Amino acid sequence: MTAPREMSALALRDAIAAGQVSAAEATRAYLDAIERQDGAIRAYTQVFADRAMERAAQIDAARAAGKPLGPLGGVPVSIKDNMCTAWGKTTCASKILENFHAPYTATAVQKLEAAGAVILGKTNMDEFAMGSSTENSALQKTANPWDLARVPGGSSGGAAAGVSARLCAAALGSDTGGSIRQPAALCGCVGLKPTYGRVSRYGLVAFASSLDQIGPLARNVPDAALMLSAIAGHDGHDSTSADTPVADYAATVERPVEGLRVGLVKEFISDQLNGEIRAAVEKAAKCLTDAGATLVEISLPHSRIDVGADGTLSSYAVACYYIVATAEASSNLARYDGAHYGHRTPKTVGDIIELYSQSRAEGFGDEVKRRIMLGTYALSSGYYDAHYLKALKVRRLIAEDFRAAFGQVDVLLGPTSPEVAFRAGAKTADPLTMYLSDIYTISVNLAGIPAISLPVGLNSTGLPLAVQLLAGIFEEEKLLRAARMVERGLGSQELVPPAGREEK
Amino acid sequence: MSDSIDKKLVRHVAKLARISMSDAQATAMGSQLGAILSYFDKLKELDTEKVEPMAHPLDFTNVLADDQLGASLSCEQALANAPQRDECFFLVPKVIGDSQ
Repeated sequence: MTAPREMSALALRDAIAAGQVSAAEATRAYLDAIERQDGAIRAYTQVFADRAMERAAQIDAARAAGKPLGPLGGVPVSIKDNMCTAWGKTTCASKILENFHAPYTATAVQKLEAAGAVILGKTNMDEFAMGSSTENSALQKTANPWDLARVPGGSSGGAAAGVSARLCAAALGSDTGGSIRQPAALCGCVGLKPTYGRVSRYGLVAFASSLDQIGPLARNVPDAALMLSAIAGHDGHDSTSADTPVADYAATVERPVEGLRVGLVKEFISDQLNGEIRAAVEKAAKCLTDAGATLVEISLPHSRIDVGADGTLSSYAVACYYIVATAEASSNLARYDGAHYGHRTPKTVGDIIELYSQSRAEGFGDEVKRRIMLGTYALSSGYYDAHYLKALKVRRLIAEDFRAAFGQVDVLLGPTSPEVAFRAGAKTADPLTMYLSDIYTISVNLAGIPAISLPVGLNSTGLPLAVQLLAGIFEEEKLLRAARMVERGLGSQELVPPAGREEK
Repeated sequence: MSDSIDKKLVRHVAKLARISMSDAQATAMGSQLGAILSYFDKLKELDTEKVEPMAHPLDFTNVLADDQLGASLSCEQALANAPQRDECFFLVPKVIGDSQ
């Protein structure tokens, strides 16, 4: 029989339900793999081995008693370390929360467990999800399983590396500007950012409240659909979670969309796009047309990318995003004050302002400080109208482009990342270059729409290539079905990096 | 359009943001923020005079909860992470100081 780690989440769920493999065996296989291989990858910040084995034993006992196991019964998964759990620590990969024990569990995590999933541990990330390489983690560096000298992308880099290296069957990440999709692209797995409000943010440590969304990373599209079905839905604890019906994504994902109209985003498929990534987009487009879809060229003028005389890229969406996201972050991160929880300076301070300022200076890393400063500046008296208000207006222009596009087509197709996985350290000196990693993903968060990144083979140097599909608000069902059409057209071969192959 | 923002402004923003900064850090921050802010100037190319600002992706109106007491954290749970405490209170240095 296939080893548990070789199975998709769906296949493993079915094998456990059929009694071909126990939840305990599957969980043990993953814990052993983490023990053997995560020293090199460093995807996990914490592993809950005992708790996971207890949960697995409960699943096996439930099966023995003839009880239903849930749609993810016994499937070992990971969660990003910015989701609160009433067990273990919730660090956000920050020194300021290094020893923080959350008093409650995030709704998405609760739902995952209620669906029968076994949580193996928490995964590494850029500090407070601010970054595109996971190098901003204050705890550890995560390696890309395809080439350990390269980054896994970010901020959900641990989640993507873990899925790709077969250190979990699937994972939960969070996406504020591309933090699920870009690492999924760089590590060769599937990453889905749902519509804003589709998944409760209760217990997700806030970065930018109008942009953040929890979503799955998985080996294939049906697994992503299965995970989304488990976590989606309204939550009274999150007033921004939508009271909109949730489809059974897992049940419909194999049904191709009849007469699918696909928009190729003109602004994203221009001359400056890397040739291999462009070819990947064309390959995905061919999979869709072979399956009966029609292609249309679509323009998103306010998501345009301009190339300067010196070759530097610029975009309205990137500028808009970094004002909105940092403004919201500066407000959200004001709660880390050294008074209530988290790091407090050991230095003797004269008053409470000094306590705040010193604790924050010691607890936050450079990128987090930079973004708090940017956001504070953009919201401060005298600069608010020129920066923050202006950005909110541009945000509407960007969102209106999408609204118009989805009047003409069902889904949009384009690249996820402007490049394949880059070398560790390549962009750490220049924050702006790092920000441009999100050039194709961030307009999605500004508009609130869902999008999925999926792998399209390897480039000439053996690194994963990816494309992104986008759909209208709450159109996850159509999005997943269209993504599955691409996946099937590609032959559904899963990409397994050297670090994820079972040693024989 | 400058490539650096002056140290006085950096100091002002750092004070608003409650982040202590050495002189060297403030200088480095000034040049990094300056470069990023120049990039933001790109938005000035767009005419947004007649555009309504969009703060949120969905058209939600206020969601009101019933005024009822729900499950709450106990004092022990709420203060479990407190750096310093005095029974059921967070302990902090004096709030009314003479430095600010």
